[in-house]
Amino acid sequence: MKTLFKHTALAAMIGLSTQAMSTQAMSTQALASLAYVSNEKDNTLSIIDTETQAVVETIDVGARPRGILLSKDYTKLYICASDDDTVQVLDLATRKIVDTLPSGEDPEQFSLHPNNRHLYIANEDDAIVTVVDVETKDVLAQIDVGIEPEGMAVSPDGKWAVNTSETTSMLHWINTETFEIEKNIVVGQRPRHVEFSKDSKIAWASAEIGGTVHIIDVDNLEQIHEMSFKVPGVNQDRVQPVGIELTSDGKYAFVALGPSNHVAVVDAKTYEVLDYLLVGSRVWQLDLDKNEKHLYTTNGVSGDVSVIDVEDLKVIKSIKVGRYPWGVVIDPTS
Amino acid sequence: MSVPARVVAAALFSLMAAAPLSASSAESLEVRIGYLQWVPDQGPVLSNVIPEPDDAGLRGAELAIADNSTTGKFLGHSYSFQGEVADSEEATLAAYDAMRQSGIELFVVNAPAKTLKTIMEKAGTNTLVFNAGARDDALRTGQCHANLLHTMPSYAMLTDALGQWLNQRRWDEVFLITGPTEADKGWAEAFRRSAKRFGLEIVEDKPWTFDADLRRTASKELPLFTQARGYDAVVVADVRGDFGEYVPFNTWLPRPVVGTQGMSPVTWHRVVESWGAAQLQNRFRELAGRDMNSEDYAAWAAVRAIGTAVADLGSASPGEIRNFLFSDKFQLAAFKGRKLSFRDWNGQLRQPIPLVHPRGLVARAPFEGFLHPNTEMDTLGFDRPESECRIND
Repeated sequence: MKTLFKHTALAAMIGLSTQAMSTQAMSTQALASLAYVSNEKDNTLSIIDTETQAVVETIDVGARPRGILLSKDYTKLYICASDDDTVQVLDLATRKIVDTLPSGEDPEQFSLHPNNRHLYIANEDDAIVTVVDVETKDVLAQIDVGIEPEGMAVSPDGKWAVNTSETTSMLHWINTETFEIEKNIVVGQRPRHVEFSKDSKIAWASAEIGGTVHIIDVDNLEQIHEMSFKVPGVNQDRVQPVGIELTSDGKYAFVALGPSNHVAVVDAKTYEVLDYLLVGSRVWQLDLDKNEKHLYTTNGVSGDVSVIDVEDLKVIKSIKVGRYPWGVVIDPTS
Repeated sequence: MSVPARVVAAALFSLMAAAPLSASSAESLEVRIGYLQWVPDQGPVLSNVIPEPDDAGLRGAELAIADNSTTGKFLGHSYSFQGEVADSEEATLAAYDAMRQSGIELFVVNAPAKTLKTIMEKAGTNTLVFNAGARDDALRTGQCHANLLHTMPSYAMLTDALGQWLNQRRWDEVFLITGPTEADKGWAEAFRRSAKRFGLEIVEDKPWTFDADLRRTASKELPLFTQARGYDAVVVADVRGDFGEYVPFNTWLPRPVVGTQGMSPVTWHRVVESWGAAQLQNRFRELAGRDMNSEDYAAWAAVRAIGTAVADLGSASPGEIRNFLFSDKFQLAAFKGRKLSFRDWNGQLRQPIPLVHPRGLVARAPFEGFLHPNTEMDTLGFDRPESECRIND
């Protein structure tokens, strides 16, 4: 039933900038930090060298790849191949798919527990969260959640797994020891994504249709703040928060605002919006590079990745990738 | 071809027992929703190759009940649903009376405007009705009712979507063909209004009067019928799908066909997949074993609107739900890329309109550049100054 992944001949260096000779790029490849981008409608993964900010390779993966994440030791990339109903395991050294994991139906987003073993997967079509042990491939639990579970996040201290259900508009707080829901928090319509602060004390949750970001105090599991956005010259309907990324110094939060084509820069302490940066069309997910100097955003409709300079808060480049880029993660060690 | 009367579902979704309850959800609430469907027999049509499903609308309501129940189980709310597909107006009204007597106060109705109006005459103040079937403009411009909301777009919303599209393509000169039924005339009248609004010229406005079987003679008759000096597109108003399917590729001039056939403005269609719609389509296909259509979507949106209100209010009172639906707090996430809300003058759910051909999405109205002081979605259909209704004043 499942299509086997094809190890097709790997496309050679594409789109290198003129000053970077291809040989040079080859030799620096092991040193430069790499960004991985899943292309939902191309069934491929684009690999971007963050030094040259160019695509160095495009790999065929399973059908409709969406959520992607790195193993805690940065040796593997996990890929939600939604239409193949599986999670694929890409070996980063060889860039080959080496394994698949049972995922439940239509996996969309997932999150890995700090123990590097328990993978929490949101099964969008089945209204469940599946927990898989990535070593034994055992399904440890399937937890009933709301309709269209989407966002998945595990707190850095490993205590909580949070799932957002889009049609139910809730955050489901799953105890990672018992695999049971301990609290449901109603947020704005169509919650998409949850991001924890480094110290696991604050959780940020975006609501796409609600147009809001909800700040949750994790100790008390209560909302302490609700943010909304006003992008100048953009109809309010088009301001749809999706991906969130926090700098580790606690200074900024970046919020991707979907079809408004802007990323909001937020003061992570006061929750005040500092600026709106124009990126590509329908910006979905974001990730910071190794030194947190640059932020990469996937722009679904325009099929590119925007690079934002974090210090200057300016968009400095856009990189063409595949059709409908969905997720982006940057390997800090590569 | 008439559908036998049948009580379809009286399933009680009492999922509470299985619910992983949070500490705050100790209370319990039962929400009862009734669904009435009567689609009059369309009579014989020429293009009867692909029949419409008999349960269009009903299955959409059922899916939304399941969606509401999943949310409800975390809040201690359970949903019970009673659906009736009737075979006559009398049977529809009798089913309404029976449901009303049994204590149901929230209704979704997929029936002609005349039947809907009779139901509204019977409905007291403590009843809330959602129109998920009738597209008649009159229900939105003059014959409004305080407790009647519409999740089905009006003809004017559909034809305005088409008018905007023709305008932005600069296909300004059109050839209009109108079928003989009241619905065809209603659709064509709405299109004439749209043509005026968006600067289109109807170079020919011809009624369809032929009664030949076009499967034999379409290629001979239609080129002659569509002879004219020049036009950019042919617009067909054939709501029941009698002759319209034979117009594309048989026009005198090599021009596209749009309207009720060819490329059509619709409420919903299987080719809509953006904004998470793929998930809704999958859920529906799993439930019904067929593709979701406009009637299914309108019924789904109505039941979801109730569910959204109940989740926030913790109450199933029609009055409180109505107030919530017209408040700033209500927004329906309905897979159309915008948050949907109800127009406070006539109770119409404002929504983007997809323009589709049978195997693909062409565009989605409203289009950029058609401006409105409140929301671009109000460039589709009758805006406040154009409607006499003031159901909230």
